[in-house]
Amino acid sequence: MMIQPLQVTAVEPLTSRITRFRFEHPDGDTLPLFSGGAHIVVELPDGDTLRRNAYSLISDPMDGSGYEIAVQREESGRGGSRFLHSSVKAGDTLNVGVPLNLMALNLRAKKHLLIAGGIGITPFLAQVKQLALLGLSYELHYAAPSREDAAGLALLPDDPNVHVYFSADGNRMDVPSILEQQPLGTHVYTCGPERLIAAVKDGATTLGWPASTIHSEAFTAPPPGQSFQVTLAKSGKTLVVGPHQSLLEALEAAEVDIAWSCRGGACGQCETAISSCQGKLEHNDHWLSEDERAANSKIMPCVSRFVGQDLTLDL
Amino acid sequence: MTIRFNDETFRDDYTHFNSPEAIQRFPFPFDRDDYMYSVNIESHTSGPKGTPFDVAFDVDEHYVSEMRDLAITLEQDPKRCQSLPHMELAGWDLLELIMTSKVADYPDLFELHRDGNAWRWVNKPLGIDDSFTFLDASTLPYGPMEYITRQAQGDFAVLDQRDGSLWMDAGMVTCQADWSLDFNIGMNFTEWHAPVPKAHEMRIFERALKFLMNVQQGAPSRRLNWTMTVNPRLDTSPENYHLWGPEKRTVTPENVGQKQYLRVELQTFWRLPRSNALAFPIRCYLANLQDLSSVPKWGRRLHRVIRDLPDELADYKGFTLNRPMIVEYLSQFDDGAETSLGIYPAEDQS
Repeated sequence: MMIQPLQVTAVEPLTSRITRFRFEHPDGDTLPLFSGGAHIVVELPDGDTLRRNAYSLISDPMDGSGYEIAVQREESGRGGSRFLHSSVKAGDTLNVGVPLNLMALNLRAKKHLLIAGGIGITPFLAQVKQLALLGLSYELHYAAPSREDAAGLALLPDDPNVHVYFSADGNRMDVPSILEQQPLGTHVYTCGPERLIAAVKDGATTLGWPASTIHSEAFTAPPPGQSFQVTLAKSGKTLVVGPHQSLLEALEAAEVDIAWSCRGGACGQCETAISSCQGKLEHNDHWLSEDERAANSKIMPCVSRFVGQDLTLDL
Repeated sequence: MTIRFNDETFRDDYTHFNSPEAIQRFPFPFDRDDYMYSVNIESHTSGPKGTPFDVAFDVDEHYVSEMRDLAITLEQDPKRCQSLPHMELAGWDLLELIMTSKVADYPDLFELHRDGNAWRWVNKPLGIDDSFTFLDASTLPYGPMEYITRQAQGDFAVLDQRDGSLWMDAGMVTCQADWSLDFNIGMNFTEWHAPVPKAHEMRIFERALKFLMNVQQGAPSRRLNWTMTVNPRLDTSPENYHLWGPEKRTVTPENVGQKQYLRVELQTFWRLPRSNALAFPIRCYLANLQDLSSVPKWGRRLHRVIRDLPDELADYKGFTLNRPMIVEYLSQFDDGAETSLGIYPAEDQS
């Protein structure tokens, strides 16, 4: 992963919990352009802890003058969003990776249906700009608890294809009815809470949509959990993964060389072979197949955890 | 200009030739005395100065003549260049990548002047000076991919990334080792690799696909592939097999050194920014056995590799017929001395 230091040039609250951060090249150079749905990994040096979190880009994919992300403060998360909200100010420099897209638009679609719940609006903010530029047919449906919580509202185009729903106003998104009205050849993309993703998938499947037309934002933040111990077969090292640390972060802290890119269980780069396992693996990734999970032979250290007596990795 | 361009042909009278400098910088593909498939992928645009490895898109003495040969092939068979409708954005990405790379690597040969989307492109070796509007295909004589790949040596496959695979949805393919864009268009990675022997059981493609789908912007990769071709012919396509297939039977013990060519593909992999597509240029280099053997290390090594290659690989690469003659010819350059590591022509220890 190529990482470069970028300057934070704007920090702007969008709602009480969501803040927009803008990054620019310190010398004003143009940054690599990207495709709608791409994310960047931002390094967050919080005291002794170095976290690398992935955030969807919300700025215009065709605008290389800066990258923008919108981050929701998660009180029960591992601490990355709290650090960004409380410690990062305009003028700071943070290391940022190149854009990587694990939820690209399928440009063969006859129409693009984007369904967002809450902070899940972020990848779609860039995608609607790309769709508008390409002149492609789309609809965006965006549900948030209230107008005050809808960070994406001010960043969306004033466009009849954009539909918003605020549950505080008693206005709920009717997923089955939205799906029913779509023409043949539509692709649907969902980003938001698991139950929204499941509802869209179930609804589209019931209507007979091919699985290849149903997409969702697959990568997730590493969940916190119980502390656990890991043994490395090749180097003989033993290390402890803290409750708010991912296994990947623990490996990096122990200076184990391991490839990664999305850090969210979707890209497959950090796949690691297990030498022995006595206990229960908590597979939180979207990469391994059911068979691979059942075999206890591989783990994705970026998001997955372990509870039990012995976990030895082939590292 | 720093490069002297050959006036040569790649068909009919085959006047193609390699200068002594071209032989020294030839991308010899064998880093050891035997060969088996591997995911031999490494980072691109780092390599010894003057080799094809330290530039993004190599321009060499064959450039002008190769572009002329491409135009003939395309004139005879327009299906060598295809781009499915959703790939136009990727075509613009590729155009930008090739233009900016050529300007950076060869500032004396190419110029690009940009003012927003108003672009002017100057290609001195081909005598081109065009102004156009970026992202507006109506301002170019061809689609963006065709326009730029008519000015770039080698083949180009442009792969769409979706549904957990890569899809061959666009390309310019005129100097291929016996595969067809018209046949492969729209296929995914697994489908178009189905005919390759042995590699599937080695899980080569599973690992290669995982790697390729993670290629990131600004971090291109490369690998070398190879086969054998009789005569310096760029267009060894299945469509024209009737033209080049019979030429395999013209090789004799007397002419094998001149007529039998090692055909090397420098394959590179590039993530494209706006489209998230993967550009897969396949650059073809040709050198005959006689020229290659002028480098003592390569003469020794090539003899050992071809002699010991598993039969099914020789068969797949299409030179089973002439293999005994090739091995016999090369044996004169193999004194049994140890060869040094790596692909470069450094002297072997004796």
